[in-house]
Amino acid sequence: MCAAVSVLTTLGIVVVLLSQARGFFQEVSLVEFFTDTRWTPLFEQKHYGILPLVSGTMLVAAGSALVALPVGLCTAIYLSEYAAPRFREVVKPVLEILAGIPSVVYGFVAVVFISPIIREIFPSADVFNAASASLVVGVMILPMVISLSEDVLGSVPQALREASCALGASQFETIVRVVVPAALSGIVASFLLAVSRAIGETMAVTLAAGATPNLTLNPLESIQTMTAYIAQVSMGETEHGSTGYNSIFAVGISLFVITLLMNLLSQWVLSRMREKYE
Amino acid sequence: MTDHHPNAPLELTRATSNGPLAEQVQAPEDLDRHDGNVAAPAVERGQASMITVSDLSFYYGAVQALTDVSMRIPPRNVTALIGPSGCGKSTFLRCINRMNDLIEESRVEGSIHIEGQDIYSPQTDVVELRKRVGMVFQKSNPFPKSIFDNVAYGPRVAGIRSRTALEEIVESSLFQAALWDEVKDRLDASALKLSGGQQQRLCIARALATGPEVLLMDEPASALDPASTARIEDLVSELKEHYTIVIVTHNMHQAARVSDQTAFFFEGRLFEMSETAELFTNPKQKKTEDYIGGRFG
Repeated sequence: MCAAVSVLTTLGIVVVLLSQARGFFQEVSLVEFFTDTRWTPLFEQKHYGILPLVSGTMLVAAGSALVALPVGLCTAIYLSEYAAPRFREVVKPVLEILAGIPSVVYGFVAVVFISPIIREIFPSADVFNAASASLVVGVMILPMVISLSEDVLGSVPQALREASCALGASQFETIVRVVVPAALSGIVASFLLAVSRAIGETMAVTLAAGATPNLTLNPLESIQTMTAYIAQVSMGETEHGSTGYNSIFAVGISLFVITLLMNLLSQWVLSRMREKYE
Repeated sequence: MTDHHPNAPLELTRATSNGPLAEQVQAPEDLDRHDGNVAAPAVERGQASMITVSDLSFYYGAVQALTDVSMRIPPRNVTALIGPSGCGKSTFLRCINRMNDLIEESRVEGSIHIEGQDIYSPQTDVVELRKRVGMVFQKSNPFPKSIFDNVAYGPRVAGIRSRTALEEIVESSLFQAALWDEVKDRLDASALKLSGGQQQRLCIARALATGPEVLLMDEPASALDPASTARIEDLVSELKEHYTIVIVTHNMHQAARVSDQTAFFFEGRLFEMSETAELFTNPKQKKTEDYIGGRFG
């Protein structure tokens, strides 16, 4: 019953997305949608190329992953392998509090504190820029990476650590050669989940990254992500039923496909690792 | 040959030769110093001792797990440690390669010498020690890696990079562990695909690959079926040609089958130690007799 409700809800969302997006694609060709390099549905000169929004989304996702994955993995290893149990018991709840901070606060911090620092270092940077958004989204997904990775590292059997140690490996060698490889599938899954979260993040990037769809890989420029565009149009004065309004469903369905692909990718990675080791 | 702790109780009552150890034989009254904690002759026929344990006590925090254990283990020989659960035999085993170092708030008193080297002295390199003293655990614990990578693990940690050198070590270790013929065609397969008995032999091969002199086995067959157990026991008998083996076992028949001498532990003390046949047929202590007779434990 409950399963049916959630499945039906998901199906309903997909149906609404598709039917609304159909209206959009009756006016805009798929070729334009996927190849035009400008996204200006709200201007006089209308262009409907999704690429700038996708690149903006990917730029923030990649930037935040660059922040969160190494820091998160190192912290998880420290907590799981080196920290005293008492310290771990204190830190884990604190991390969960960090995960509970509303994302609008992160966006605010990015605009007010981080962006000025970035502009100090790189005077050419825009006030709203992808780098500050990446940094705060990275910090935002950090607790998720740490918590999930720490769980999988902790579930690596003690017997493997003992075996490695008994063969003359130091603790560091044991971690690098045995513990992390044994937990790798779970670590990769936590990474992919965190990146999915970064792709779906809206509020912080709406505030911090700007509202300028921009096909660029330069993190110092102002960009717009897919989610931020949807938020902008939903809250704006765009007329219902217009092509501009319907465009958010086209963007929504693209976002849906991207996250779906991420999930399939993580499933595939996990199943490949299982084949190898189980 | 053997560098001795000055206070070590040396109960070499049956040592017969004039070898270097002869002068270490002490008068019987020394036995009384360790209330009931009698270490029976382990070193026979004037053989040098490989491992010499002197007054070893071990604490987990405030809990004392071992009390004044003294023992001499001869080289290329199988020593079985028996006793009821919680008697300290596994703790004792793990003192020999300092695996207990991993336990926080643990403490060791007394000394263990391996070929004259005090393994608890600050100069001892623990990594080096663990290469000399291999260990096989109760439950087989292969790494989730290929068969080859499992056996090559120790040598790789030791810095061996050459593929041919590693291949040689892997082959000879697997051969010694009586596993080579079964796995030679699938060295790249996951070790987890092997059967339980094969996994345990793989763990033995892995321990042999670091070139140890001593092999510690903590109930290596307790999780295996009778056929696999028999293979492990045969293997132990073959390996003692080259290695000094100390084996913890719950199974007294196993101790009787594979060991040359047997030590009976009870409540953290070494109660009795003698040649296996002697201990099982003619135990000197009432406790030993009761345990062997199945009256407790």
